[in-house]
Amino acid sequence: MAARNTTTKSAAKPGVSAEDLLKHYHDMLLIRRFEEKAGQLYGMGLIGGFCHLYIGQEAVVVGLEATAGEGDKRVTSYRDHGHMLACGMDPKGVMAELTGREGGYSKGKGGSMHMFSKRKHFYGGHGIVGAQVPIGAGLAFADKYLGNDRVTFTYFGDGAANQGQVYETYNMAELWMLPVIFVIENNQYAMGTSTRRSTMSPSYWERGAAYGIPGEEVDGMDVLAVKGAGEKAVAHCRAGKGPYILEIKTYRYRGHSMSDPAKYRTREEVQKVREERDAIQHVRELLLTGQHAGEDDLKAIDKKIKEIVNEAAEFSKASPEPEASELWSDIWASA
Amino acid sequence: MATEILMPALSPTMEEGTLAKWLVKEGDTVASGDILAEIETDKAVMEFEAVDEGVIGKILIPEGTEGVKVNTAIAIIGGEGEDMSAAPTIETSAAESPAVPAPAPAAPPTTPVAFEPAGPDAPDGTGMTPATVREALRDAMAEEMRRDETVCLMGEEVAEYQGAYKVSQGLLDEFGAKRVIDTPITEHGFAGIGVGAAFGGLRPIVEFMTFNFAMQAMDQIINSAAKTLYMSGGQMSVPVVFRGPNGAAARVAAQHSQDYAAWYSHVPGLKVAMPYSAADAKGLLKTAIRDPNPVIFLENEILYGRSFDVPVLEDFTIPFGKARIWREGTDVTLVSFGIGMHYALEAADTLAEEDISAEVIDLRTLRPIDYSTVIASVMKTNRCVTIEEGFPVCAVGNHLSAYIMTHAFDYLDAPVLNCTGKDVPMPYAANLEKLALVTTEEVIDAVKQVTYR
Repeated sequence: MAARNTTTKSAAKPGVSAEDLLKHYHDMLLIRRFEEKAGQLYGMGLIGGFCHLYIGQEAVVVGLEATAGEGDKRVTSYRDHGHMLACGMDPKGVMAELTGREGGYSKGKGGSMHMFSKRKHFYGGHGIVGAQVPIGAGLAFADKYLGNDRVTFTYFGDGAANQGQVYETYNMAELWMLPVIFVIENNQYAMGTSTRRSTMSPSYWERGAAYGIPGEEVDGMDVLAVKGAGEKAVAHCRAGKGPYILEIKTYRYRGHSMSDPAKYRTREEVQKVREERDAIQHVRELLLTGQHAGEDDLKAIDKKIKEIVNEAAEFSKASPEPEASELWSDIWASA
Repeated sequence: MATEILMPALSPTMEEGTLAKWLVKEGDTVASGDILAEIETDKAVMEFEAVDEGVIGKILIPEGTEGVKVNTAIAIIGGEGEDMSAAPTIETSAAESPAVPAPAPAAPPTTPVAFEPAGPDAPDGTGMTPATVREALRDAMAEEMRRDETVCLMGEEVAEYQGAYKVSQGLLDEFGAKRVIDTPITEHGFAGIGVGAAFGGLRPIVEFMTFNFAMQAMDQIINSAAKTLYMSGGQMSVPVVFRGPNGAAARVAAQHSQDYAAWYSHVPGLKVAMPYSAADAKGLLKTAIRDPNPVIFLENEILYGRSFDVPVLEDFTIPFGKARIWREGTDVTLVSFGIGMHYALEAADTLAEEDISAEVIDLRTLRPIDYSTVIASVMKTNRCVTIEEGFPVCAVGNHLSAYIMTHAFDYLDAPVLNCTGKDVPMPYAANLEKLALVTTEEVIDAVKQVTYR
C-alpha cells in the first residue's frame, strides 16, 4: 500500500471547512455505529443470512458522496449498508430490512444485500460479485441518452475487479463515453483471498489504460483525499469525457461476512490498521488539532448518532414481519 | 472442360436468393478467389467467389433475378481458350429457375397462412396484408420507437450491418446511432448495461444474435433483471426486452441449436413470449416493449422468412397470456408454441384426412401461460398432445401435463403425451439432425396413441 498522506498534509488542504469536516465525521461515525449495531443484532439472531459489514471502509463512501450532486446515481455490491446511509437513506428502513421486517426498504423481501431507493438514486445492493458494474454503466448510458449531466458511482471490490464483465464494461463505457465513475474499493481481501494470491497486476486502476480510461490510486483511509479524487472524477464525467477509475485503498476490519472467522490474516495486521490508520480517528484529529471542534462537540455528535442507531434498532425490532400476502406481490410490475 | 457454377447456399437457412449483380461478364477470365457475383440472401448481400479458374462461358441467370434456388446452375465456366459461346444451357437445373428477372417483388417463400379462424386479436373486418415474421418484428420495433423516445435497440450487428438476420433492417437509418447501437461481442456486459439502462428510465431492446449466446448473460437476465422488482419490494421495475432467434436453425449443430423456452419459463419475474406467426410476432413484440417487466422474446430463424397475414391496424398489439386457437377440433387437443406450431398444424391437416379432428392451440406466451384455454379444450376433447422443439426433461409439455392432470384429471381419456426434441445435443449430420428434432410423424403417432387408433 502506498504511504498514507500525513494528517498535516490533509489538514492543509484549502477549502476544507469545519462544517465539512464535522459532516464527514458524523457520516462516517454513523456508518460505524450502525454496523456495530447490525453485528450485535446478528449475534442476537435478529438478522439472518449474510451480513457484510463496512467497518473500516467508511471514508470511501463518505468522501465520494461529498462530491455527488442531486440526481447522481450510485450502485454497489452486497457490502452496501454504508452506501445507503451515506446517500441519505433512512437508517430505520435499512435496519428493518436487515431484520426482514415490513418497514424495511424492500419490505423485508431483499435483505442486507438487496436494497434500493429510487428516491435517493440508490440502485442496489447486488449480491452477485461484479454484476453491478455493467448495471452502473447502463445507468450512465441512460443519463447520457436522456441528455442530462448526471454521473453514476459504480462501486466494486478488488475481488470483483477480476470479473470478466468488468472489462467488457470498461470497453463499452469508454467506447460510448459514459459518465460513470468506477470505484474499486480495494480492501485487499476478496473474501479470504488476498490480492497477492489472486491478482497478477495488483494495481487495478492501471488496467483502465488498456481501454483509454484514466484513473488513479487514492488513500481510502483519508476522507479528504477520497473527496479530492472524487471531485476530479466527477468533473471529468460531467464534462462528457467518459468514465474514470478510482482505486481506493481501504481496509475492512471485520470478516467478509458475519460468519467469516478471518483466519487468512493476523489479528496484529488488523489491529495495526485500526490503531495507526483509522479514517474516523483521522478526521477526529483534524477537528481537534485544527481547533474546529472540542471534545464536547464530538461527544455530542457521538451521542446523537447513538440515538439514531438505537432508534433504528428499536424500529427494526418493532416493525412487524411482512404479511404472508407479500410472498405473492412484486413479482411483476403492472403496466 | 466446362463446369457449372451453382447458386450457393450462403447461410444455414438459405433456400433461395437473388442474383443481385454479376461482377464478371461472358468471356472474362477468372482466377480462384475472384468475386463473380453479389448474391442477396435472406440475411445479407454476399460476395460470391470463384473456386475454379477459367473463362466465363455463359451466364445462365441474369442479374436481378429473384428466387433463384440453391444449387441452380447460374453460369458455365470453361478452361482457358475453350469456346463457350455455343455451350448449351443445362436444361435440367436451369429449368427450375426463372428465366427473366422478376419485375415485381418475389412471392413470399411459402404460401401465406390464412389468419383463420379470425381470432379476437383484431376487430372483425380488419384488412390483412402478408408479411414475413422478419418484417413484422422490424415493424413492431419501428412503431414502438416512433411512439416512445426511450425505446432503443442494442446488440451485435443491429445497426450498420442491419441485423445479423436483417431483423433490424432500416432502423439505423430512421432512428440514428443514438438509438440503434452496435455493441461489441460481449453479451454479459451489454445485457447488464441494458438492465442498468432500464433501471435508469429507458426501455432497451437487447438483441442476442441467438439465444445460445445469451447463456453468457444469464446472470444479468435472471439475477439482475428478473428478481429486482421483488428484491426491491416493488420499487424497481426493469422494462427490458431480450430478443433474438432461439432453437434450431439448420445444420448449425449443438452449440447453436438449443430451445430455451423451458429454461426461461422456469423463472418468476420474467415474461416469456414465443410467437409462431408474423401477426403474433408483431403484436406480441409491441406488447413486450411496453411491458414494465423483463421480457424474453424467443424468435426462430427458420420462421423469419415465412409469410403470414398481418392485420392492417395502426396499433396492433396482442396481450400476453392469451392463447390462440388456430383450428377447432373435437377429438384431441394439440398444444404448442413457436416453431412447434408448424408440426402441430401439419399433423392436424393429415389427421383430418383420417377423420381425426384436432384442436390446435398456440400458447404464444409461456409466462404468463393461458391455462384456461388449454383446460377448456381438454375438457372438450379429453385428450392432449404437446409439441415443442426443446429437450424432453423438464419440458414445457411436462409442466402442462402435470397441470392438466391436476385440473382436469377426470376429463382425460388417455395420458397426455409430450412430443419434444430428443434428449441429445443437436448433431450436425443432416440425417441425425432430422432425427433429433420433433417431427410431424411423431405428432401423428402420439395422437393415434391417445385416440386409440
